[in-house]
Amino acid sequence: MGDQAQLLPGTLDLLILRAVSLGPLHGYGILLRIAQISGNALLIEQGALYPGLFRLVRQGLLKANWGTSENNRKAKFYELTVAGKKRLREETDNWNRLAAAIGAALGAKVEEA
Amino acid sequence: MTFLETLRFKLATLFSRDRMSAEMDDELRSHIEHRADDLERSGVSRREAERRARLEFGGVAKFSEQSKEAAGGTFFESVLGDLRYAARLLRKSPGFTIVAVLTLALGIGANSVVFSVMNALVLRPLNVPQPDSLYALEWGSDNGGMESYPDYVDIRDRNTSFESLAGYYIQVVGVSAGGDASEAWALTVTGNYFDALHMEPQLGRFFHQSDEHGANSAPYIVLGNGYWRSHFASDPSVVGRATQLNKHPYTVIGVAPRDFHGTMIMFTPDFYVPFVNQGEVAGGDPLNDRATRSMFELFGHLKPGVTPAAATADINSVGAYLARTYPKVEAAPDFRLTKPNLYGDFMGRPVRAFVACLMVMAALILLAACANLGSLFAARATDRARELALRMALGSSRARLLRQMFTEALLISVLGGVIGVWGSVVLLGAMSAWQPVPRFPLSIAVNPDPYVYVVALVMTIASGFLFGAVPVRQVLRTDPYEIVKAGSIRTPGRSFTMRDFLLGVQIALCAVLVTSSLVALRGLIRSMHSDFGFEPRGALLVDTVLDMAGYHGDAVPAMQKRMIIAATGIPGVTAAGMIDWAPLANGSWHDVDVYRDDSTEFKPANALSTPVIYAVSPGYMQAARTSLLAGREFSWSDDTNAPRVAVINETFARRAFGSANEALGKYFKTPDGTRLTVIGVAENGKYKNLVEDPQTAMFVPLLQAPSSEASMVVRSDRETPQLTEDMRTAMRNLDAGLPYDIRTWDETLDLALFPSRVATLALGVLGAMGAVLSITGIFGLAAYSVSKRKRELGIRMALGAQRKEVLEAALGRAFKLLVFGSLAGLVLGLAASKVLAFIVYQASPRDPLVLAGAVLAMLLVGLVATWIPAQRALAVDPVLLMRED
Repeated sequence: MGDQAQLLPGTLDLLILRAVSLGPLHGYGILLRIAQISGNALLIEQGALYPGLFRLVRQGLLKANWGTSENNRKAKFYELTVAGKKRLREETDNWNRLAAAIGAALGAKVEEA
Repeated sequence: MTFLETLRFKLATLFSRDRMSAEMDDELRSHIEHRADDLERSGVSRREAERRARLEFGGVAKFSEQSKEAAGGTFFESVLGDLRYAARLLRKSPGFTIVAVLTLALGIGANSVVFSVMNALVLRPLNVPQPDSLYALEWGSDNGGMESYPDYVDIRDRNTSFESLAGYYIQVVGVSAGGDASEAWALTVTGNYFDALHMEPQLGRFFHQSDEHGANSAPYIVLGNGYWRSHFASDPSVVGRATQLNKHPYTVIGVAPRDFHGTMIMFTPDFYVPFVNQGEVAGGDPLNDRATRSMFELFGHLKPGVTPAAATADINSVGAYLARTYPKVEAAPDFRLTKPNLYGDFMGRPVRAFVACLMVMAALILLAACANLGSLFAARATDRARELALRMALGSSRARLLRQMFTEALLISVLGGVIGVWGSVVLLGAMSAWQPVPRFPLSIAVNPDPYVYVVALVMTIASGFLFGAVPVRQVLRTDPYEIVKAGSIRTPGRSFTMRDFLLGVQIALCAVLVTSSLVALRGLIRSMHSDFGFEPRGALLVDTVLDMAGYHGDAVPAMQKRMIIAATGIPGVTAAGMIDWAPLANGSWHDVDVYRDDSTEFKPANALSTPVIYAVSPGYMQAARTSLLAGREFSWSDDTNAPRVAVINETFARRAFGSANEALGKYFKTPDGTRLTVIGVAENGKYKNLVEDPQTAMFVPLLQAPSSEASMVVRSDRETPQLTEDMRTAMRNLDAGLPYDIRTWDETLDLALFPSRVATLALGVLGAMGAVLSITGIFGLAAYSVSKRKRELGIRMALGAQRKEVLEAALGRAFKLLVFGSLAGLVLGLAASKVLAFIVYQASPRDPLVLAGAVLAMLLVGLVATWIPAQRALAVDPVLLMRED
């Protein structure tokens, strides 16, 4: 676990949206998906996922339905709403622009005086 | 989300919160089981896997709480929890709760009473259509509004600004509808009165300007709604009924609407009669007499688009025309527009000033109450420092703790507000039903309307936040580790703080109010037993206005003599006599300039004196028990054929002639040049009010200065009810159609005693409020200092301190404040009594009883306030305290 990065504030929501965009998932499944797509590089406290999920449901970006998991257990599955898909697109664009800008700024060679 | 949507959402989640909680628990459990499944697959036992999964997950309760918050569902739940917790805490300390709630009830009650009065007298517009464009005329330096009828007609017809200018006069008349005559209060109004106000009748019709065809041409009555209900049992067939006013036939033509009380707040007329008939009901020739201002007030709606400034200029140009045309009776115009509600600025200005003063005082009381409650809350926060610290250490946020404390403050303020408003509603109901002046329909409808309740609610919530905010800094500064470690917050320094100063001021004010109310009370009691120059006890006053019953000219004195003879004939009556205006009764008097016998130029500057003048019948002095120092009383032979004579009082005699005996047989003159001989000197008395300095006064024979309006003084040692009954029989035998009013002389003094009674009552109420505030203030300070120094007190006790020393340490400061505040207050109170002397008879602070009473009251305040904290200080158990820490 030594090489994991702390999440920037506000990025958890974006990660959840991204994880769910590939198909309905339950809470634990979302954690696994994030670990998988980020190559295990991000540290997320398990419990901290849930306030985020409820916030997104309340904002109307996710909808939730009870179902049965691959382990044959009762679980709540989350999927994107139309608004959620739209938000994911916007946030991704924002992030990319921000990342590019910061990357460019940090990568630029500073003219020495 | 808009506010409403949020609220709906929160309400919805409130009702589904149990289901939501259960679902959330299911979901978190499902997560942990999935994780455990994975761990199990990696080869650990199921039990170990579940244990590890739970550990990895973190605080289930914490995340569950956070999730609920994120889902927006905890608001009401936690508010309910806070409320339950606050209620439990308050129940646990009933002393604190009662003191706090009562203090606040007092503050909010006082404010809602005063605000209701302000609302009724100042803020609320007249209950007529379009009150905004309704204006009255006033003029002169005293803001009066009286005009003569001919002037009114000129102003009405020559101005271009008013839609329709109307006017009225207040007139007492005798009414009989078949049976016995009774007195009633009428407005004699111009024909266009109701049309100018845009009013519609509830029943029948109103009269109009077109009904007027010269003097006494419109014998119509429009009944006021209240009078219709009380005297005609709301009978709808009253329209068309024949009635007599002062023995002249009139017809009831309509009934005014329920909420209409004329155009002056506080005065509710019984009915309305056209002013063209004023001569018939009041005598004289008001329609043609330009010199007598026989109309009380003129008013009307401005035409649309006319500004008050333009209207003022317009009316003044009419005034200039009048002054040009009638230079003998008209002065230069000086008209202003004003609101009719309280007779313009004449009453409006003093009433507004008085109410504003009251409002400021009430606000100060509420502020002081909040300050005191604030220190009480600070004391509690100190007491609860450990609890707060513990809750913080367990992860409760500061915001959450603050919300809890505010919930407690608001709970107290709402309880106090409810009690305060309830009390004020009761008080206001009593005030509305109160008739301060007998025989005059003066009433103050101050019942609270929704506006008052809204203001009370706002005050309640605002004060809750105000005093709830006092301990906020304390909570924010709370460092859980320090407190758990050390046991209490150390607030450095014991210097004299702002809070101490404010409390000292409060105590001083309380002492001032207590002293002044005791002074006022003593003065009031003394004034009931002082020497008035007549003896009101054991005397009846029978008031008659003979021209109401059709007596004119010589018939008036003849009837008055018959009344005196009839009264003297009643068994048990020792004397009876008449006076035109009984002294001190109903607050009215007449005075006249008198001149030396050798004067030829009768102008005010040359006057010898301006005595109060009374016209009395033979036998009055004996009936009133006004003793004569020299000479004789009037006899029946002092009539119009005899030389003009007068009885003067001692002050008059001394000032004008040197002494009572020297005055006998001397002459003086009245402004019309009449020469009067002094035939007697009477003792001094009170004439205008109870606190006046000795005044000059004179009596003339009623036979030489006839008045149709007079009070007969009937002296008897019999019980009042039987005597009144016999008197009624005698009056009925004389003339059944004559309206009269019988009451004891004592009763009619009510008006003279009114200012000192109101002052005593107001000071008493304020004194009581001041006392309660001082009690809560001292209580708060003492409780705070006991709480803060509990450990120190415990240590002192463990080291062998005596009870006295413990009390000194705990309450010394509160005690010092009490002593200094009280002393300052007593000194100020003594000074304030000088002011009181204007209202209250012989207000003297150098009265041992008053001083003792004030000191006792302040001691009592101190005792009550420090009782509980003292008990707590003494109950500190050093062993328990040491063990706790």
